[in-house]
Amino acid sequence: MKIQLTNVFVDDQTEALRFYTEILGFTKKHDVPVGGQDRWLTVVSPEEPDGTELLLEPLGHPAARTYRDALVADGVPLAQFTVDDVPAEYERLRALGVRFTQEPLEMGPVTTAVLDDTCGNLIQLASRPR
Amino acid sequence: MAEDLFKALADPTRRAILDELAARSGQTLFEICSRLAMGHRLSLSRQGVSQHLAVLEAAGLVDTRREGRYKFHTLNTAPLRQITERWPPPPAPSRPESTP
Repeated sequence: MKIQLTNVFVDDQTEALRFYTEILGFTKKHDVPVGGQDRWLTVVSPEEPDGTELLLEPLGHPAARTYRDALVADGVPLAQFTVDDVPAEYERLRALGVRFTQEPLEMGPVTTAVLDDTCGNLIQLASRPR
Repeated sequence: MAEDLFKALADPTRRAILDELAARSGQTLFEICSRLAMGHRLSLSRQGVSQHLAVLEAAGLVDTRREGRYKFHTLNTAPLRQITERWPPPPAPSRPESTP
């Protein structure tokens, strides 16, 4: 068994693709129309083009919005991405106008930070444990 | 009012929350929970931390502000003045004359 795909619900797929590629630096993997305005839209890390895909999924179900908004209000991230250097990535993204709800914080062996993906989710950045 | 203050300060977890908010102002509930878990080995449920925050807020020691979709918590030490007004600390020792 493998985890090949995970998802985040996004308000707007076009805006999400822009943020996840141009700002975060992921690469588009699949973009297939699936009816109406919706697309099967995935991105991958350029460091692992055959690695786990992130599905930027349209926010179809009304309960998804309630769930997501409740997490955001308490600052709870929905997904975590690994970077080599959290403070450096924080500075890079801040310069691009990204909003953080948690600045870099050392927590034992890892450093984390939490950012707003502008599509309705909070994302945690974490360093690899030293 | 004073009762709320003393009750709020009587609990070690709530004092730990105040310590963490003193370290960085403006934290989400998620960050407070993370700091308690990692820095103090206190693994409380989010609900538990929320209840502690409500007690601190009632005592005026924590303020919350909404910014868009998020809620941030900040430390407010103003109520602590009641303590020193009620039991004033001794005057600060006068500085010894500096030698020329």
